[in-house]
Amino acid sequence: MQGMKKLGVGAFALFLSLSARADFTWNFPEPVTPMALDTLHVHNKFMLITAVIFVVVLAIMIYSIVTHRHSKGYKPVADKAPSTAIEIFWTLIPFAILLLIDFVIMGIPAYHSVVMMEDTRDQSTMVIKITGSQWRWQYEYLDGDAKGIKFVSNLATTDGQMHNAEDKGEHYLLEVDNPLVLPVGEKVRILMTASDVLHNWWVPQFGSSRVAVPGFIRETWVQVEKPGVYRGQCKELCGKGHGYMPVVVNAVSKEEFAQWANKKQDEQKAASDVKEMTKDELIAQGKTVYEKNCAVCHQVSGAGLPPAFPALTGSKVATGPIFGADGKYQKDSHMDRVLNGKGVMPAWKATLNDTEIAAVITYERNALGNTAAVDAVVQPAQVKAARE
Amino acid sequence: MSTTTVAHHDEHHDHPTGIMRWLTTTNHKDIGTMYLTFSLIMFLVGGSMILGIRAELFKPGLQLMNPEFFNQLIGVHALIMIFAALMPAATGFANWMLPLQIGAPDMALPRLNNWGFWILPPSAILLTLPFTLALFGVGDGALATGWTFYPPLSVQGGIGVDFAIFAVHLLGISSVLGSINIIVTIYNMRAPGMTLMKMPMFAWGWLITAFLLIATIPVLAGAVTMLLTDRHFGTHFFDAAGGGDPIMFQHLFWFFGHPEVYILLLPVWGFIPQILQTFSRKPMYGYKAQVYSLWAIGALAVVVWAHHFFTAGMPVPALLYFMYSTMAISLPLAVLFYCWIRTMWKGSMSFETPMLFTVGWIILFGVGGLTGLVLADVAADAQYHNSYFVVAHFHYTLFAGGIMGIMAGVYYWLPKMTGHMYNEKLGKLHFWLTAISFNVTFIPQFFVGLAGMPRRIPDYALQFAEFNMISTIGAFVLGLSQLLFVYIIISCVKGGKKATDRVWEGAEGLEWTLPSPPPYHSFTEQPVVK
Repeated sequence: MQGMKKLGVGAFALFLSLSARADFTWNFPEPVTPMALDTLHVHNKFMLITAVIFVVVLAIMIYSIVTHRHSKGYKPVADKAPSTAIEIFWTLIPFAILLLIDFVIMGIPAYHSVVMMEDTRDQSTMVIKITGSQWRWQYEYLDGDAKGIKFVSNLATTDGQMHNAEDKGEHYLLEVDNPLVLPVGEKVRILMTASDVLHNWWVPQFGSSRVAVPGFIRETWVQVEKPGVYRGQCKELCGKGHGYMPVVVNAVSKEEFAQWANKKQDEQKAASDVKEMTKDELIAQGKTVYEKNCAVCHQVSGAGLPPAFPALTGSKVATGPIFGADGKYQKDSHMDRVLNGKGVMPAWKATLNDTEIAAVITYERNALGNTAAVDAVVQPAQVKAARE
Repeated sequence: MSTTTVAHHDEHHDHPTGIMRWLTTTNHKDIGTMYLTFSLIMFLVGGSMILGIRAELFKPGLQLMNPEFFNQLIGVHALIMIFAALMPAATGFANWMLPLQIGAPDMALPRLNNWGFWILPPSAILLTLPFTLALFGVGDGALATGWTFYPPLSVQGGIGVDFAIFAVHLLGISSVLGSINIIVTIYNMRAPGMTLMKMPMFAWGWLITAFLLIATIPVLAGAVTMLLTDRHFGTHFFDAAGGGDPIMFQHLFWFFGHPEVYILLLPVWGFIPQILQTFSRKPMYGYKAQVYSLWAIGALAVVVWAHHFFTAGMPVPALLYFMYSTMAISLPLAVLFYCWIRTMWKGSMSFETPMLFTVGWIILFGVGGLTGLVLADVAADAQYHNSYFVVAHFHYTLFAGGIMGIMAGVYYWLPKMTGHMYNEKLGKLHFWLTAISFNVTFIPQFFVGLAGMPRRIPDYALQFAEFNMISTIGAFVLGLSQLLFVYIIISCVKGGKKATDRVWEGAEGLEWTLPSPPPYHSFTEQPVVK
């Protein structure tokens, strides 16, 4: 028992000495939504009660261990089996105490938390849809100022940092190219789904966490009450990129949100305008799209990770014909793969716009060691046609 | 319980010697020894896998392995620890001790018993083979889905998933065979006068475990078979595109998976009170209350499964039901804790290694139980779920509550099994090293979990670095301490001070009326319990 105490003191001293050089968190991060605040209260209360139970029971045990020792010559009490009535009485007392703790002291607040957590509609002012895919989040604003805005959010930490070749940034593994932007103070209803496997969208400071299930819609909500940047991660094992699927939410004032929405809508409109592009323009843009979305599996060099993710360099799909004699794209062609996916390869038609798809296909056919003889350049207009 | 002394004769009956003795044996003690040895080997295999993981997590960044291999290690570590280390250890004790404790000449179905064991090594090979095959370019390694096999990830996975499915089938068959044997033995082969309510607590723990296994293993077998047909034969049980539902798998899996926790712990809850009464030198308190509590836990075990996936989306009434039913488990469990501590109270306690492990077990398993109570709260669970808080919680229940309990049992019965005393000083050292390094490993994981570190990630944000470093140091000390355990066991088998029949001053029960080690055929004359 002394050992246990020593351990406690030792561990505490160790933590103290370490806390001098790092921020340690001993509890949930600062809550910024009503749900997270509620969760923190529930957690603290539970922890307090269980800690008290633990300490009291431990104290009784330690007292008994110190006092009732063979080595001290303590004689065991003639503990003849108690009468059933006494036995029942002594079991019912802790039973009753626990009944009170479980179903009254803890149970009633827990009930209210559940009801609050599951009420996604009441007073909600906007709806967004979050889709998890391997290994990125896709956000879509379904109504309000930002209606129609749709984008993909990818990990922004560089490969060099992950492999210790570069110094790690402050937000290592918790940074993205396109954060989700939300207005402060609004109850936002979130519809959640996935395109391939299960994911879980989790920001610890929000207190909400929902599994994204492919083929189903799940719901949750957030109401951020303090402007700021909030970070989290996917927390349902979703394959090799599971640790590289951060969530970043930028909570801004309503005015800023409206401005951002206008700007984003204009950008998106411009991007979706189909215009003729030169081969070089397509390749340049395609490189960016490739490295953001495709390089995770097919590698920056195009070498792939066989057998799950085939090489693009020298692949039949990336160098063979796309369009048939009738001008329509063929089954199992490069266009078909990128638009519709196959097996573990996700479908990109919902994620990328026409220009991006045309650019990435052109890039893959003219770079990564490839020089396609036929259909070397794909124009956004051709992608648009292929969608129809 | 009072017993008459029984006569023994230790002359040798004809049985094969050398390797054939072990391959063909139907003797419960030989089979028990094989189970325990297998369990110890697999404990070291599973342990070294997790040391690889902890080494990778020592500091941020990828050092040793790619994320795919990391995912394979976590899944196989769990499957090995649960199915190949903990369960066979409990079955090993059952084989060794149940017949001795209830005064039976052997297990009721000895050939089935042999078969039950020999299914295990092939399935352990099936679990670990994919790593080796991948070295030769076949497949892409072991299953990388965690031990839970959740589709669609497991539908996407490579050949390792199929290997794991078959391994789970075999392990399941072995467990069901073992369970049938235990139930039949307990119901039919008790010594005259030993009514069910006079049975040793260990027999009760195992009886309920056996019923749970028979009720739940077939559900797991069904679920993974459905997964297999989804993977290869075009069914869509778990695919929304074909009318299925990925969450249905979670319901089926955890209908097995939650009782599994109690399957691992009930045998331990059986022999812990026996150790307590031995070293407190007074009878266990509340025998009946404990028996009823074990039954209550067994019953509750099969009705609370969905608390493992509260965040997967459920109607409010379902959330509330699973929350309250889960909290209800704390009631019978508290009764057990109460009885254990009351057994120690005003005893005449001495602290040999088995008692040290038992007392440490009560405290640490208490931490696991109390953190489990908090996890039942749906709102708080949204935060804890799949975070390191959960990892710490279930290691307090499964390492402290399972493995440290098993270790208590090993030290308690080792002199009886081998006829030699183990080295008491080293045993105590092993306890302190294990208990301290266990806490150094897992206390920090509670905190990183609360701070927001998800489990099953190969790399983490900088804010989690210090705690992970401490945790890794603890894990390595914990792992290396187990080599001491192996050394203690081997040297005890090889020789040492001769153990007396009763071994421990306060030991009660039929197994202590036999010589140490017990003769090949234990009871030549049936003992009578009065």
